[in-house]
Amino acid sequence: MTESILRLTVNGALHTVVTSSHRTLLEVLRKDLDMTGTKHGCDLGECGACTVLVDSKPMLSCITLASQVEGREITTIEGLSDGPFPDELQTAFSELGAAQCGYCTPGMILSSRSLLDTNPDPTTDDINEALAGNLCRCTGYVAIISAVHLAATRTLGRAE
Amino acid sequence: MTIQVPPVGFVSAGTLEEAARLVSDPDDRAVLIAGGTDLVPKLKRHQAAPITLVSLANIEAMHGIAITDDGACVIGALTTLSEIASSPDVPTMLASAAATVASPQIRNSATIGGNLCVDTRCNYIDMPLTWRQARGHCLKDGGDTCWVAPASDRCWAISSTDLAPVVIALNASVRLVSSRGERVVTADSLYRSDGINYLTKTSDEILVDVTIPATTARTSFQKLRRRGSIDFALLSVACAVDVDSEGRCDTARIVVGGIASAPVSATDAEEFLVGKQLTPEVIDEASEIASKPVRAQDNTDTGQRYRKWMISVHVAKALTEAATERV
Repeated sequence: MTESILRLTVNGALHTVVTSSHRTLLEVLRKDLDMTGTKHGCDLGECGACTVLVDSKPMLSCITLASQVEGREITTIEGLSDGPFPDELQTAFSELGAAQCGYCTPGMILSSRSLLDTNPDPTTDDINEALAGNLCRCTGYVAIISAVHLAATRTLGRAE
Repeated sequence: MTIQVPPVGFVSAGTLEEAARLVSDPDDRAVLIAGGTDLVPKLKRHQAAPITLVSLANIEAMHGIAITDDGACVIGALTTLSEIASSPDVPTMLASAAATVASPQIRNSATIGGNLCVDTRCNYIDMPLTWRQARGHCLKDGGDTCWVAPASDRCWAISSTDLAPVVIALNASVRLVSSRGERVVTADSLYRSDGINYLTKTSDEILVDVTIPATTARTSFQKLRRRGSIDFALLSVACAVDVDSEGRCDTARIVVGGIASAPVSATDAEEFLVGKQLTPEVIDEASEIASKPVRAQDNTDTGQRYRKWMISVHVAKALTEAATERV
């Protein structure tokens, strides 16, 4: 087994991890860094539960080796809130009940965050497309899409 | 339960020369990794057992899109599918095909080089190891029987790259670099109709870039899959037709992916179209001709007869869209 020293920037903080070079980013986040906000779903890149942002773009941490993202900025759900103040998306998701079992929620919120960062006023089609890699098996899509609209509207309102 | 990647080393190559050297000896069992979206699930399913992964990600020269003086589009193999999908510089058909691959997250990692080299797929190989051990290993898995066609002596796994039909239809070429030197081959000749040895590229060669010559062709890409996202294509069709001032077809390229172990050029249909107006009747006849020689195997989602029928439906859709495309 090959041990390696990885330097990972997660939510703005540099972490030095001694781990096996074949570990996925998901395993390093959840097991080595004890950050369990990123969810472990299908493990084969098909469900989106493990979505994290790498350089602000959503990627699947279950099929990305941690070694592949050394030197890049990783954002997990833990890094979205500003101390006790949740991200606008987190507030909107909780207000509209856009979560049932909650397992897809971190991934949904991170994919939505990436969308709103590049497209602050998305159409429903834009949201559908941005969330096309995140599965929700409690069929909560309608509330999820409404929550993204709500967060976008509030952010735009604040900016005006 | 976590499905873990079996132990494997990881080396990030800083230059193309270094990467080429690291994969030059087959005995080292070093395998190239770009985005990893095809390879990592395969490692998890024990479909490959390399000793070392050689990452190409830090080779700057393999990133990005450039237009040459003669209008050709040169795309570095590490350019991600998201970058291609949103690029104004690549042919429209390539951007629209890239936008349909897998899911948004996968397109942010997956590269054009990786997509062109994506492993062939089959119901009997893309399964967990325990399932394959219980069933008995197939040809692609080191066994001695192809479970799709047990009487056959070859593997029938399916070429599932969406971008190969597109770049073949656009007469692209790819540059392959190894420690032995460099060669440029047509995109068409990169593929071989064999589920195991599906590329003519050898394991020590690195696909460095793709060159698509300038074109005036009208194009269309069509894709069939069960869901509108995530799923691999059950069929992908790329059409490029050049039409003269009278509306007659000068040249036609129709390439079908997802149906055989290599992308299939519908040469009979292409020849049939030359010199004809692209009327609905001509398009219908051409699409029938395109599906005729294909024998779909029972090794993916949906039935063989349905997928064969869908070839003519999607070729007709593609030709109709291409005929009306504004250029």
